[in-house]
Amino acid sequence: MPNNRLNGRPKMPQRTVQERIRDFDEVPLGLEKWAAIEEAKRCLQCKKPSCMKGCPVEIDIPGFIGLLAQGKIDEAVMKIKEKNSLPAICGRVCPQEEQCESLCVLGKKGQPIAVGYLERFLADYEREQGIDLQKMPTQNGKKVAIIGSGPAGLTCAGDCAKMGHKVTIFEALHSAGGVLIYGIPEFRLPKAIVAQEVDYVKSLGVELELSVVVGKTLTFDDLLQDGFKAFFIGTGAGLPHFMNLPGENLNGIYSANEFLTRSNLMKAFRFPEYDTPTKVGRRVSVIGGGNVAMDSARTALRLGAEEVCLVYRRTKKEMPARIEEIERAEEEGINCIILTNPVRFVGNENKWVTGIECIQMELGEPDESGRRRPIPVPGSEFVIPADTVVVAIGQGPNPLLLETLPELKLNKRGYIEANEVTGATSIPGVYAGGDIVTGAATVISAMGAGKKAARAIDDYLKNKS
Amino acid sequence: MVKIIKKEVLTPQIKLMVIDAPRVARHAKAGQFVIVRINEEGERIPLTIADFDSEKGTVSIIFQEVGKSTIQLGELNEGDHITDFVGPLGKEIEEKNFGHVVCVGGGVGIAPIYPKAKVLKKLGNRITSIIGARSSDLLFWEDRMQSVSDALYVTTDDGSYGEKGFVTSVLDRVIQKEKIDLVIAVGPLMMMKMVSLLTKKYELPTLVSLNPIMVDGTGMCGCCRVTVGKECKFTCVDGPVFDGHSVDYDELLARQRNYLEEEKRAVENWLMKKAEEGVHHAK
Ligand SMILES: Cc1cc2nc3c(=O)[nH]c(=O)nc-3n(C[C@H](O)[C@H](O)[C@H](O)COP(=O)(O)OP(=O)(O)OC[C@H]3O[C@@H](n4cnc5c(N)ncnc54)[C@H](O)[C@@H]3O)c2cc1C
Ligand SMILES: Cc1cc2nc3c(=O)[nH]c(=O)nc-3n(C[C@H](O)[C@H](O)[C@H](O)COP(=O)(O)OP(=O)(O)OC[C@H]3O[C@@H](n4cnc5c(N)ncnc54)[C@H](O)[C@@H]3O)c2cc1C
Ligand code: SF4
Ligand code: FES
Repeated sequence: MPNNRLNGRPKMPQRTVQERIRDFDEVPLGLEKWAAIEEAKRCLQCKKPSCMKGCPVEIDIPGFIGLLAQGKIDEAVMKIKEKNSLPAICGRVCPQEEQCESLCVLGKKGQPIAVGYLERFLADYEREQGIDLQKMPTQNGKKVAIIGSGPAGLTCAGDCAKMGHKVTIFEALHSAGGVLIYGIPEFRLPKAIVAQEVDYVKSLGVELELSVVVGKTLTFDDLLQDGFKAFFIGTGAGLPHFMNLPGENLNGIYSANEFLTRSNLMKAFRFPEYDTPTKVGRRVSVIGGGNVAMDSARTALRLGAEEVCLVYRRTKKEMPARIEEIERAEEEGINCIILTNPVRFVGNENKWVTGIECIQMELGEPDESGRRRPIPVPGSEFVIPADTVVVAIGQGPNPLLLETLPELKLNKRGYIEANEVTGATSIPGVYAGGDIVTGAATVISAMGAGKKAARAIDDYLKNKS
Repeated sequence: MVKIIKKEVLTPQIKLMVIDAPRVARHAKAGQFVIVRINEEGERIPLTIADFDSEKGTVSIIFQEVGKSTIQLGELNEGDHITDFVGPLGKEIEEKNFGHVVCVGGGVGIAPIYPKAKVLKKLGNRITSIIGARSSDLLFWEDRMQSVSDALYVTTDDGSYGEKGFVTSVLDRVIQKEKIDLVIAVGPLMMMKMVSLLTKKYELPTLVSLNPIMVDGTGMCGCCRVTVGKECKFTCVDGPVFDGHSVDYDELLARQRNYLEEEKRAVENWLMKKAEEGVHHAK
């Protein structure tokens, strides 16, 4: 397939709508080698590269792009991996348009360098060529426990291992990866890629214990007794929020977490080959406007829904989802019902949802988030018919582990209070990072936090002798 | 991976397994449950911890074969392995001396009522137990319940054993006769609803152990939500034991029916696949 160009920047080839909405295979296909090299050549190799300021893990962006421009693919990959051990994931899900790419000087007049596409190209190329994995670092025997195997935990584990510590990751679910496995769908982030990145971390000598709920299966005291000297908590923000509206427990109403977990982690899209079912009606409404809502809507479509709409209380401009993902969702026929907020769920005598009563909204003055505040228009109630509803309005901190650690200081919203530079918490030797500190954020910021904490853990263990 | 070290067929459809799971056994308490996933394709199903031995590191589960996962679990034997066995999950029951506690167990609910009766008995409570089943061949653990109860009543719906009728009629009689401090009921949702309606009349504190459909069992998905009082609770982390008088049973009954068609399809599909494999083996 030819790579179309848009003001010099390559357009990502992707599968046609008709083809992609019938299965869960990946939608964007990745750049071809010639296109990637050509794009890399467009980079100005700035002396003071502004793009790097936008990267939470400080990848040497001109460095790797320069190597790629010279066709030195292996070296380019290694350049990225100096800072980022999960490039195939970041190349797919990072909001580059808000980070590195938004700061690229070329963006001032024309189109910024497609940094994300290039990162993905290199990571995929490496994987396909099977470049060999890391040599096992020598271990000094200091035991570090990582709780949670999301991007924060994986990054912290990998970095701690590279510094010679003996690392074990404990994960509550039966698969490693956190949201990368249970939340983000296959068609956006193939699970085989996540598995491969997890294998890479394991190749560094990291042990992985699945199906262990820290706080329940093992307590902190157990871990201390087992000789763990430092801890990293990367348990994410996995508690689904509901709207607390009448009728919300009707059958057919899912939290996005449940809907996506059934499909991704439990492989409900392959039911009955896999045992976990999921129920998708003819008309699906997804409430929300973030990445989670987009993923839910597009999943519903692939599970056989005829009509899928997104119900969002502001306008498309304020939607927190990545622009590319909103575009892809719309291409696939997902209908955005904007300036609309649910007030009540309607059901039939069997307690199945039949619709959402909504009220129209208009935008008022900006609120603390800087976005204009939505205000209900009195008397504008109407019903959107729906036989499946997915509530995707956000997540909070899961209290399961936190309840067992009363000494751990939390902030007003219930997230862990951690030092921004080191991840240190109120308990010496216990570090935290990712969504459990910041609230729902991004893969790369979770990784950034894992990285910083690894450095601090290393210092802590050295000083502790 | 955990190993099945003992299997016992309690009734044709109810089986007991003793699992080698030291980590789960170490922290297990009465009232808690585990999540079991049989193999890679399996679903995550919740089962109560029916008994545990922290020294030997074992956990007992008892399950009724009602659908694909439980039938398939029932086909496994001593020495076989189960892919995932996560726990102990949920909150334990309050362990103290209440005085006179009536433990009501219906059907497979006898399994989860046993550890509760056992621990409360140890703490000095007087235990009256009422256990019931549809028919005598569905009844198990009468002896075990006997061993932790000061008085034991047995009922069957069809009168094939013990007293003919429902556990609620015996409970009503006990209430008339004796002072009761707490009622704990575990069994089919309809039974827990009937018990709660009855004890509500007498304003007797009542605890029930709910069994909604679950996925993760760690508070991450919200599938197990129930309305208790006016609040939405997640059974897996806030429960599974709740005040019986505050539960919205009708909502929960409807939520349990969510996947009836799919579950039926799962069993049919699986039986067909097994039959095909059987043909291959015969050749
Ligand atoms: C549907 C969806 C789509 C998203 N899309 C994007 C995107 O396109 N781009 C982007 O940058 N970000 C996206 N995000 C956000 C991003 O995924 C998160 O910010 C990131 O995963 C947070 O990483 P984490 O390591 O902090 O936590 P998580 O990924 O949440 O991982 C936490 C892990 O800890 C485990 N755990 C929790 N408690 C315990 C315990 N007690 N014991 C053991 N283990 C425990 C959990 O099971 C989980 O595996 C999306 C999020 C969702 C839900
Ligand atoms: C905290 C908890 C503890 C439990 N403890 C036990 C136990 O000790 N022993 C035991 O036999 N069962 C127990 N259950 C119920 C058990 O989880 C279900 O019987 C099991 O999930 C059914 O799986 P299946 O695939 O075999 O049947 P399915 O095909 O999934 O279901 C068959 C039938 O059971 C209903 N059903 C499905 N899931 C549940 C559920 N979670 N609870 C009640 N009905 C359900 C379905 O509506 C359907 O009618 C418990 C449930 C919970 C939530
Ligand atoms: S700012 Fe843009 S042009 Fe400059 S180095 Fe970074 S990617 Fe290249
Ligand atoms: S089973 Fe998922 S929240 Fe309880």
